[in-house]
Amino acid sequence: MKRAHDTIQLAHGGGGLLSRNLIRDEIVPRFGGGPLEGLPDAARVPMEAGDLVFTTDSYVVSPIEFPGGNIGHLAVHGTVNDLAVCGARPRWISLGLILEEGLSLDLLGRVLDAARDASAGCGVRVVTGDTKVVARGQCDGVFINTSGVGDPMPGFRLDPASIRAGDCILASGTLGDHGMAVLSARHGIDIRPGPTSDTAPVHRLVEAAAPFAPHVRFMRDPTRGGAAAVLNEIVDGRAFGALLREADLPFAAQSQAAAELLGLDLLGVACEGRLLLVCDDAAREGILAAWRARPEGRRARCIGRVDDRAGTVRLETVMGGRRLVDVPQGEVLPRIC
Amino acid sequence: MKYVDEFRASPAAAPLRARLGRLGEALSARPGTVNIMEICGSHTMAAARYGLRDLLPPRVRLISGPGCPVCVTPPGYVDAAIELAGRGVTIATFGDMLQVPGSSSSLAQARAAGARIEVCYSPRRALELAAAEPAREVVFLAIGFETTIAPVASLVDLAARERVANLSLLVSFKLVPPALRAVLADPDLSIDAFLCPGHVSAITGTAVYEPFARDRGKPCVIAGFEPLDILFGLCGILAQLAEGRAAVENLYRRAARDAGNPIARAVMERFLRPAAAYWRGIGVLPESGLVLRDEFAAYDAEKRFGLKVGAGREYPGCMCGDVIKGKRLPAQCPLFAKRCTPADPVGPCMVSAEGSCAASYKYERKGGR
Repeated sequence: MKRAHDTIQLAHGGGGLLSRNLIRDEIVPRFGGGPLEGLPDAARVPMEAGDLVFTTDSYVVSPIEFPGGNIGHLAVHGTVNDLAVCGARPRWISLGLILEEGLSLDLLGRVLDAARDASAGCGVRVVTGDTKVVARGQCDGVFINTSGVGDPMPGFRLDPASIRAGDCILASGTLGDHGMAVLSARHGIDIRPGPTSDTAPVHRLVEAAAPFAPHVRFMRDPTRGGAAAVLNEIVDGRAFGALLREADLPFAAQSQAAAELLGLDLLGVACEGRLLLVCDDAAREGILAAWRARPEGRRARCIGRVDDRAGTVRLETVMGGRRLVDVPQGEVLPRIC
Repeated sequence: MKYVDEFRASPAAAPLRARLGRLGEALSARPGTVNIMEICGSHTMAAARYGLRDLLPPRVRLISGPGCPVCVTPPGYVDAAIELAGRGVTIATFGDMLQVPGSSSSLAQARAAGARIEVCYSPRRALELAAAEPAREVVFLAIGFETTIAPVASLVDLAARERVANLSLLVSFKLVPPALRAVLADPDLSIDAFLCPGHVSAITGTAVYEPFARDRGKPCVIAGFEPLDILFGLCGILAQLAEGRAAVENLYRRAARDAGNPIARAVMERFLRPAAAYWRGIGVLPESGLVLRDEFAAYDAEKRFGLKVGAGREYPGCMCGDVIKGKRLPAQCPLFAKRCTPADPVGPCMVSAEGSCAASYKYERKGGR
């Protein structure tokens, strides 16, 4: 098949359709199968002493510091969250640093403080690491890779194939804040108060939902591509779809203002501390109540329902019309995490 | 968001929906469909984003017109920008030009291959880029309608005052009224009324639409871009049609004065003069564009670099031309959502944030409505 591009485009990293195609065409054919099957955020792998859950992620956010956090927070929260949404209790992480010649030690100190504080806040320990330095211009300040391992929590049987029409789609808080904070900082968009990143761990929200585990079909932290990318991914090729209600979507006023200015749809913008969860109707109020009892779940809402319109995510707008919620395309926001 | 949320308020939509329904019944004796053309790409996008076509009475159609600046820009313009980038010039542009296909490549592809293409949220950014690197030429891609022409043209003034000598404009400005004349002159189209662009009208004022209402009997209603604005504007149009009237009506007074913006028009007048312009899908229309006056030739990238912007080559089978004119719906193009997608577009209507094909792909595909 003819490739659409012969070189890597920024949009290949955007978390949208091109990212999906790159992984489908170049990665899966070489490494697919086994625990990688279905491309979960973290893989459950059998060890002699029992199963463990394993994940890895790289962080290249620009700028390194943004309202609400820095790359150090992201590097810990992102990996903790990948473990959490796969139903694991995060335990140990690694910290790999790639530093550019000339990086300020003060800045590095703030990044490492953030990683230390974030891991303490998550109850995980950094237990191994690596540091490389490259010449000026060969990376941009600091890039971080973290891997994490966790213990599977009993009770969760997460599988998008188990989703049924009538199920509820819950969001643990406002959507799109991280992406808008980074983008506003990057482009010097001076809104006061401006958007603040939601970077935070979600594993306590997962634990709060654990009493309802048999009712939970799916969980994901909507990072690159936002809620729109996650929901499209779960309905893709399935007999069900999703209908969201615009009036029920939780958004922060500052993020909405910035998104409006830039013409972005917050449904397609990254979060770094939110959880999307699909459960049956019986568990909806229980999970929402458990989430709202926690500070990070205060603005949790049921944002829509699963229905039988196969393979599509739609939105009932505040005007009463309906429209498609598509997979974000193109370079939504490169280097967002 | 103050002044925005009010115009998206759900409770206010119900009475407007009911009024649309009543007007639709009043018009039901009229033969055939009622064709309303929304000229502006921002209206196209907002109508799709809020699912407003769902709320139209039966037999009332909302057709997208030639009001997306990126969409009417010919591929030859993109070719010229890529050629300049190849000569070591920094290209400064609004983001939606990036993916627009030229004859054989796009600015995004040129950038991936090493060209310096800078996306700007404000034309002033181009001035900053030029000031930061005096040894490097910076060319701003100056496309757009009346709304954006004045601030972009005033870059010339700013560059002169701040003694920035390495900034120029690749100009392809276009004017809305000549496009409306072309739409009405087309025998294949039968447009009953225009939903007029709020922000273009904020500059031009209401007078430019008078000939269309007075001489051609087409109601012209100026509306804002929030969903309630659009519903309100559509009610205004259907009311005129039901009463058998045709007038220019300004329903966007919070932003557009009847007299428009004389200061912006004075800036346009000072730096620019009318000229024939090539519109994708329509062809060359006399006096439908604006180019820099001869005394500002130093800021005219075509003259500065001895460049000739041609029409370029459109992708075979691409029906953007018909879509721009409202002759075809995006989904009626055989390339739509197959060969042509936002990730790999062949026509500009699929690229632009204001393009009809992009709006339809993003919000209405797969029976999204």
